[in-house]
Amino acid sequence: MTNVEVSSVAKTYGRTPVLADISTDFTEGSFTSLLGPSGSGKTTLLRIIAGFITPDSGKVAIGGQDVTETPVWARNIGMVFQSYALFPHMTVAENVAFGLARRGIRGAEARQQVDRALEMVRLPGFGDRKPKQLSGGQQQRVALARAMVIKPSVLLLDEPLSALDRRLRQEMQVELLRIQRETGLTTIFVTHDQEEALTLSDKVAILDRGRIVQIGAPAEVYERPKTRFAAQFLGDSNFLNGTIANGGVRLADGTLVRCHGPLSSTGNSATLAVRPEKMSILPAGTSPEAGLNALAARIETVIYAGPALTYVLVTPDGTSLKLFAQNRDGTVLASGTDVTLAWSPDHTIAVED
Amino acid sequence: MIGLARFYLAAILVFLYLPIVVMMAMGFNESSLYELPFHFSTKWYVALAGNDQLISAGINSIVIAVITAVVSTILGTMASVALARRTFKGKTLLQLMLLPPIAIPWLITGTAMLVFFFWTGIGRGMHALLIGHVALAIPYVVLVVGTGFQTIRADLEEAAMSLGSTPIHAFFSVTLPLLAPSILGAALFAFAVSLDQFVISYFLATPGFTTLPVQIYSAIRKGFTPEINAISTILLIGSMAAILVFAIFARPGGVSDKR
Repeated sequence: MTNVEVSSVAKTYGRTPVLADISTDFTEGSFTSLLGPSGSGKTTLLRIIAGFITPDSGKVAIGGQDVTETPVWARNIGMVFQSYALFPHMTVAENVAFGLARRGIRGAEARQQVDRALEMVRLPGFGDRKPKQLSGGQQQRVALARAMVIKPSVLLLDEPLSALDRRLRQEMQVELLRIQRETGLTTIFVTHDQEEALTLSDKVAILDRGRIVQIGAPAEVYERPKTRFAAQFLGDSNFLNGTIANGGVRLADGTLVRCHGPLSSTGNSATLAVRPEKMSILPAGTSPEAGLNALAARIETVIYAGPALTYVLVTPDGTSLKLFAQNRDGTVLASGTDVTLAWSPDHTIAVED
Repeated sequence: MIGLARFYLAAILVFLYLPIVVMMAMGFNESSLYELPFHFSTKWYVALAGNDQLISAGINSIVIAVITAVVSTILGTMASVALARRTFKGKTLLQLMLLPPIAIPWLITGTAMLVFFFWTGIGRGMHALLIGHVALAIPYVVLVVGTGFQTIRADLEEAAMSLGSTPIHAFFSVTLPLLAPSILGAALFAFAVSLDQFVISYFLATPGFTTLPVQIYSAIRKGFTPEINAISTILLIGSMAAILVFAIFARPGGVSDKR
């Protein structure tokens, strides 16, 4: 159980910078997701922590010890790959025992630890099978057992669930979380699935073009996105553009929208992010409760999905908005209806572009 | 349609194997002029036992084929490993240069080797034959082992390294066992290329050191005797046995494993 500290790590392939000055601390026992689109550098960061890639500059420390120059095989990491990477010519037990043998643990002692690891991933008695006799989910469990049995300092997961179908993936998420909580291992998890990142982790780091644009608890990153990219990549978001005036943001149609937190100086342009589920629909022309933001809009399209409704709206200045509503009373507003949107300034976040 | 397809298949097999069966049968026929009716006899095998020239040529062929198989498989496998797993300067060039020799007519390669070996003082004889055969077999080995590599994911070695293997240990404990069927196949290929080789051997053999194909060729020019059928039969059975061994070894944990 140890923390992982990355300081000023940068990596460039040819002339393309893949990572630019990344510094962050993965605290002991935490579960951190690296979330970002492909090409954001999340896998490169994981592989630098693992030791497969040497950074051009910067340092990686595991448990306070500088491992930047230490090769993978001496770092004592547990890694699970997207493709499982089980050795096809070995049985499940031999796969799990591989890392133990490298640490000089053999015979009865190894067998005992292998059995315990297979029990932990709920595959007791599967030791004699070959990997190809197992389903995808079972193979991933074996890969997890193989990575955990060596008691690594840190568990690195490279999109381990993306090859599984939806139902299995959810099952494995629960399993992964249970095992991580039980062992208390510092875990770094690469994913491009935002829902997975939100449900699994203590901390989410959003990467964009080689930089961590925001890192924090899932609720914090979701409710208080710092940049337009973070707001857009993690969940859905509406954006309102305007200029700063009177302690709020004045939109093109003259509406003044108030927001959470301080703004920069008057006259500057600003972008506000509002989550679609935070807005509510009022009949056109109604003035909402005091203190709420209000904006006129017209319904363009309604997407009916049973329990939930999605309204696509357009404001008089042409901004397209999305609104998620619970289907509480069974009435669906028709497209073309003029409405007023209301929402709290507390859910209105000024974001950087 | 199926009937027609079966007929084609049968015809192909007949044209492939019937001449060989006839050749083998005639080695056991008493007549030296391949006359029928067939009279079973082992006299040509007895005669072969006394034909030192054919036997020593046969032994030479096998010795050269075995050494060629071993040396070219080791060198070719090393080249395949480098091409599949490493990045280095001139990799693309090497990759491009390793395969065309397969398409170059042996007559041209043979002439070129003869001229080159004469010019450099390497000359002819066993050592020249060995160099020639190894050079000839390496591209085949690279081709076969390289294809085998494509079925082995690179992240298997990475997984081994994450568990504490050095790159060398990862190669020997994970990649090599998975590659074994391809390597065995490549060795067999190299062995066959060498054993079959006539054109280059013809150029590089000396009167004192010759291989079986060259010896058979000169024997035929003097007159065809069923002794040649006999030694061909022995060689054929040896080759078949080798292929059988390969088929048995290649199956478990074999090439079909992609994960």
